[in-house]
Amino acid sequence: MKKTKLFPVHEKLGAKIVEFAGFAMPVQYRSIIEEHLAVRNSVGVFDVSHMGEVIVKGEKALDFVQYITVNNAAKLTPGRVQYSAMCYPDGGIVDDLLVYKISDDEFMLVINASNIEKDFNWMNENNKFGVELRNESDEFSLLAVQGPKSQETIQKIIDKPLDIEYYHYFYANVAGVDMLVSCTGYTGELGYELYFKGDEKTAEHVWNTVFEAGKEFNIQPAGLGARDSLRLEMGYCLYGNDIDKTTNPLEAGLGWITKLKKGEFIGREALLKVKEEGLKRKLVPMVSDERAFPRHGYDLSKDGKVVGYITSGTVSPVLQKPIALGYVDVQFANEGETVNFVIRGKEIPAKIVTLPFVKKS
Amino acid sequence: MNFPEGLKYTKDHEWIKVEGNVGTIGITDFAQSELGDIVFVDVDPDLEEVTFGESFGTIEAVKTVSDLYSPCTGKVLEINPKLEDEPQIINGDPYGEGWIIKVEISDPDELNKLMDSAAYKAQLNQ
Repeated sequence: MKKTKLFPVHEKLGAKIVEFAGFAMPVQYRSIIEEHLAVRNSVGVFDVSHMGEVIVKGEKALDFVQYITVNNAAKLTPGRVQYSAMCYPDGGIVDDLLVYKISDDEFMLVINASNIEKDFNWMNENNKFGVELRNESDEFSLLAVQGPKSQETIQKIIDKPLDIEYYHYFYANVAGVDMLVSCTGYTGELGYELYFKGDEKTAEHVWNTVFEAGKEFNIQPAGLGARDSLRLEMGYCLYGNDIDKTTNPLEAGLGWITKLKKGEFIGREALLKVKEEGLKRKLVPMVSDERAFPRHGYDLSKDGKVVGYITSGTVSPVLQKPIALGYVDVQFANEGETVNFVIRGKEIPAKIVTLPFVKKS
Repeated sequence: MNFPEGLKYTKDHEWIKVEGNVGTIGITDFAQSELGDIVFVDVDPDLEEVTFGESFGTIEAVKTVSDLYSPCTGKVLEINPKLEDEPQIINGDPYGEGWIIKVEISDPDELNKLMDSAAYKAQLNQ
């Protein structure tokens, strides 16, 4: 199993370690619910160094990114980040990713840990533009500092005003280490992601300095468990759960990042056809008032018939209600409609709502 | 981790405390720790009987759902009323406040099939 450079820190903290995407990762330190609420109410830190980073370099870097991703990367300027996806020719999703524009001839693509090898191969197979592709995933450490107190925390240890807006980034020195600081995250809270290189000692130093700075806010380490429940409260898709090669971005509610008019890209023809023919099913958010725990893979029913399946589910720590995402036949996929979670043979009524599940005050 | 003497244990990580013909049943410290945050305990409020080795309900934690297997056969006397609103007491006190059901034991011989604290601990370390 691979380990991030912060693995010794997680062990020292007594984290519960699980295998995730080939990495030994902390799923929780003390309690998923407590870690979740620490991020919602104050500030928490995730080691997400398992994520992949691919550098795209060359005169035709933009052409390559435009061809391989569904969003319009031509809209990016250096310092900006874009959420996007890569599709197969049939419209199925290879991965979802973040696109960082570094300069006119350089981009950084941040991809899911479980897909690093597959994505990098896919990029190489489709590199008809002769760009340089470098998989730097093993070199980068990545800390996600998330929560309403994240800005105040990092401001104490950064060498300039931390004034970047959502989905922007800049280069700065944090805790004595030069890094890329990005106002992004997977929690729905104000938050920053710190990309830096260096050995275990560097990673531990950055971690410790962030925790020292966040002490007054009772900063907490947060594991993959809280990362999952936080993203689900916002309705963010997780690759392998809500999206994969059998789902297309239009039915997954990612039409907003799928720019069919931007010009040629892989999957465009198939997606145009999907749009023309109309969706057969849709990924919808559902909430129940019952005591139930919806989980990935459970069926969804209506009038005694299976009309879909759950892709992600939990009991929301903030709402204290069961919430889920799932694909539902399009005729029932309307806000306000009732469907059932099928949990061990029992039908639990749930209502289709709008995202996010947890509205910010 | 704590596995009190005097309790009997199943390989599925339940414990039973026997007082006269009444058995109090819960899950072990190991089980609560593996499950993590317990969100609710699902035991049918109309449940009348439990059977040795068979499921009498489920326990839902953030990470996973797990069946509850009965360490004895008998008539259900009580389901812990506190679990309805505070299932997390199982995480905090699995052998005390976090007990799950009380049963009138109908076949005490079955209890001989269970493990004592030392044997349970030993099989966890295997």
